[in-house]
Amino acid sequence: QSVVAKADNPFYTDEKVASFNDASTYNNFYEFGTDKSDPARYADALTTDPWSVSVEGEVTKPGKYPLEDIMKLMSLEERIYRLRCVEAWSMVIPWVGFPLADLLKMFEPNSNARYVEFTTLVRRDEMRGQRSAFSTIDWPYKEGLRIDEAMHPLAFMSVGMYGKVLPNQNGAPIRLVVPWKYGFKSIKSIVNIRFTSRKPQTSWEGIAPNEYGFYANVNPEVDHPRWTQRYERRLPGSLLRPNRIETQMFNGYGDQVASLYKGMNLRRNY
Amino acid sequence: MAKQNVSGLAWAKPFLHILCLLPFTYIVWAALSESLGTDPVKALILLTGEWSIRLLIFTLAITPLRQWLNMPKLLRYRRMLGLYAWFYVNLHFLVVLTYLFAWDWRIAQEELLERPYIVVGFLAWLFMLPLGVTSNNKAVRALGRNWKKIHKLIYLIATLAWVHVFWQVRSSYFDAVLYGALILLLFYPRLKKVYETR
Repeated sequence: QSVVAKADNPFYTDEKVASFNDASTYNNFYEFGTDKSDPARYADALTTDPWSVSVEGEVTKPGKYPLEDIMKLMSLEERIYRLRCVEAWSMVIPWVGFPLADLLKMFEPNSNARYVEFTTLVRRDEMRGQRSAFSTIDWPYKEGLRIDEAMHPLAFMSVGMYGKVLPNQNGAPIRLVVPWKYGFKSIKSIVNIRFTSRKPQTSWEGIAPNEYGFYANVNPEVDHPRWTQRYERRLPGSLLRPNRIETQMFNGYGDQVASLYKGMNLRRNY
Repeated sequence: MAKQNVSGLAWAKPFLHILCLLPFTYIVWAALSESLGTDPVKALILLTGEWSIRLLIFTLAITPLRQWLNMPKLLRYRRMLGLYAWFYVNLHFLVVLTYLFAWDWRIAQEELLERPYIVVGFLAWLFMLPLGVTSNNKAVRALGRNWKKIHKLIYLIATLAWVHVFWQVRSSYFDAVLYGALILLLFYPRLKKVYETR
């Protein structure tokens, strides 16, 4: 990696980066199966070219945007972020992409656009997890952000990692990365972006509202019913060095994002 | 069927020992060679937990299988399977204590108070304790009729183990449905008996 880590720059971290192998073989991408190794095993079946993103809702420039057109207008940069999964593990990953704000501004959202909803592809013949009769998820997978969260400089749209094109199992060809929120907010293989005036319902909120909130900000004080959120396992770990570390408020990005939630009860709006 | 080959049974026990120790051998090998993957702690918890409930189900299967297959001698293997289930449950418990709770009593207490699925798993472990320690010939003789009564706890344990799995369902019901169906199938002849003798 050629990127120089700067301690006081939130876009980089000098913490140890996970290996490409770890980051591309240990994934939650239920469209390809529920086991952590399923996405790496089965995501090859996904066709990512051609790809386009439909834009709708409260925007002046709705439409179907081919990915190559988007890429022509965006300039790529690298970000090294901590990724904290709600399952109490984390990894440090170098992403390649562009600020989400740059992309969203291109569509010119109007003043009614208070939220952004993202949708993942549904393609049952290529995504075997979507064919499972035992899945709790009602496809397509949906996620959302408040517009000010989406426009925050840390919110990132990734098309690559480790200097390479994004592997399918990591959400190719285009995915969200929101480093101060639990990983499930960072929706993969996006095909639709909708601007709305009302808060959209996200997939996990629909499945288990007592477990997953809309905001899903990393917060060691608010426990998930399954996992204590006070600690995390920084991966890769080993049995002799489990790398158990204390979880930071907003995953350590509090200086940058805490102001977005001023006056909000983060226990209620978890 | 009455003429069972006695020499055929001679190898059955060592063979079963080997089978029951295979998962453990794999776990130890994978742990030592660091091939449990990116998140070895999670892998270890899952592996020990899965083999606990599987062996519990195999143990429960012996009694109905004796009837269904007309092989009364299967009974000899029930205690052994049960003890292996206990072995894996203890491993699971130790792994959780070591890696999730870090032997920190405060964390353990908090987890037990807040997370019902952990409480249920803990109770299953706890109720297996009396079964484990009374699984020797001496205890069987000493307890007489009570031995059977105590060991009926297995039904409660299997139910708790299943709830422990079901409560953790996140994205797929597959394992929970499979284990649940097997446990129900194995409970069925017993429930029928209880109902008929009423």
